[in-house]
Amino acid sequence: MTVAKRIVLHFPRSCVDQPIIYHLVKDYGLMLNILKASISPNEEGLLVLELSGDRESYEKGVRYLADIGVSIQPLSRDINRNDARCTHCGACVTVCPTGAFVVESPSRKIKFLDKKCVVCGLCIRACPPRAMEMRV
Amino acid sequence: MTRTISEINEKIRKGQAVVATAEEVIGIVEKKGIEKATREVDVVTTATFGPMCSSGAYFNVGHAKPRIKLGGGNTYLNDIPVYTGFAAVDFFLGATAMPDNDPRNRIHPGEFLYGGGHVIEELVAGKDVSLVGTGYGTDCYPRRKIETKINLKNINEAVLFNMRNVYQNYNVAVNLSDKTIYTYMGVLKPNLGNANFCSAGQLSPLLKDPYYKTIGIGTRIFLGGGVGYVAWQGTQHNPGVLRGENGVPKRGAGTLAVIGDLKQMKPEWLRGVSFLGYGCSLTVGIGVPIPILSEENMRYAAVKDEDIFAGVVDYSEAYPQRKPDVLGEVSYAQLKTGRIDVKGKEVPTGSLSSYPKAVEIAQTLKDWIQKGQFLLTEPVAPLPGVESGITFKPLDERS
Repeated sequence: MTVAKRIVLHFPRSCVDQPIIYHLVKDYGLMLNILKASISPNEEGLLVLELSGDRESYEKGVRYLADIGVSIQPLSRDINRNDARCTHCGACVTVCPTGAFVVESPSRKIKFLDKKCVVCGLCIRACPPRAMEMRV
Repeated sequence: MTRTISEINEKIRKGQAVVATAEEVIGIVEKKGIEKATREVDVVTTATFGPMCSSGAYFNVGHAKPRIKLGGGNTYLNDIPVYTGFAAVDFFLGATAMPDNDPRNRIHPGEFLYGGGHVIEELVAGKDVSLVGTGYGTDCYPRRKIETKINLKNINEAVLFNMRNVYQNYNVAVNLSDKTIYTYMGVLKPNLGNANFCSAGQLSPLLKDPYYKTIGIGTRIFLGGGVGYVAWQGTQHNPGVLRGENGVPKRGAGTLAVIGDLKQMKPEWLRGVSFLGYGCSLTVGIGVPIPILSEENMRYAAVKDEDIFAGVVDYSEAYPQRKPDVLGEVSYAQLKTGRIDVKGKEVPTGSLSSYPKAVEIAQTLKDWIQKGQFLLTEPVAPLPGVESGITFKPLDERS
């Protein structure tokens, strides 16, 4: 039986320079479609992908990821903006790796495009009034 | 033509004053010219809504029975320590104060989820706040300990008193290093990954009165949703910085110390905020009316984003090491396009001060004036200007 799931991977610094995706494909025979990747040297990495394969290989692949310290989140979570707390300052705009926050013109109000959001969570702690919330 | 503040107040009382926000007046001047616009507009309302760390409030909570002298002991509001070095039950709460047991940056970057600014926001929202205090006991103040709740409506005084607000212009912050840094200017991504600015630009009070010709000590203002006053020049007031031909400072320059009754204020305009890896603060909403007394001050009030410039500063090295290096100058119009050019690289911009909220404050103040609820004041004394020779001194360390 095959499974296909959309997941968000957070790579600690120590993993960033390892060919992890290569191992997923080569050693576990998994197929993947990268939806979003953001990795820079000496920084945490973020990868959003659709991972599919037969159930046994999928589970082994995920276990391999967990063992080397990659944290795995289902993409079923979502990020919600608490409009009562948002002040439309714009501190989130450049922090978001996918451009999910857009400054409207001419009002300069911040629009949150949840379709573009990959639930990485970077905006949560970068928001001074803490208006962005993770919903599980 | 010229007019006086008392003539304007006469019109305000009759409900006839013509008021424009600092954004609207730009269009009016472009359409009608300075001379006609000056004749028509009596007041321009300016505003800003940004994080202002040198904010705080003082309180007098009344005397317990038996009495306790909080001074000399430790007092906390919702676990946030306050300064008690005054008479028995007066104390000051600072916006950046945090709980004694907050982990701060022990696990970097710290979150700083709750601090003095958040207590101020909760008090203004009408919530009860816990007060825990200890004293050392005296013959007249025998009690050693108190644990109770306070609410703004029951205590004697609650006064917002901010020693530095409304910065006249500010740095644009970038990061030249190869790792993310966490600053009071927000999260700055490595290798010029982003640029953060913090000014309402063409709406910002002191940018529309660059030589402090109308804003002075005693000026009545919108403060945190209530009415407040300019108490003094703010700390680090530095009028002598580099200015453009239009007189507008190109660097952080003048500042205001402001004061007002916290009991009248509203939580929408006093917001506790957290800066990842830096600390907590208070975002303050301030609106300042500028009376149009002459064509000269109308020209200043109508300055637009294209003509207001700020310096780009590296917060990984130049700022912390107090190096004077500025990487370049950009206008607020450029900043608001969402991209600026720094060292030949296109850098996305973000803001920490809310322009939409500043627009709302300027509109609210305009509304108050048009309805005759808010009269303008003559300054009691001017703020120190360029001629004062005041400079922003570094700390001279000695043994």
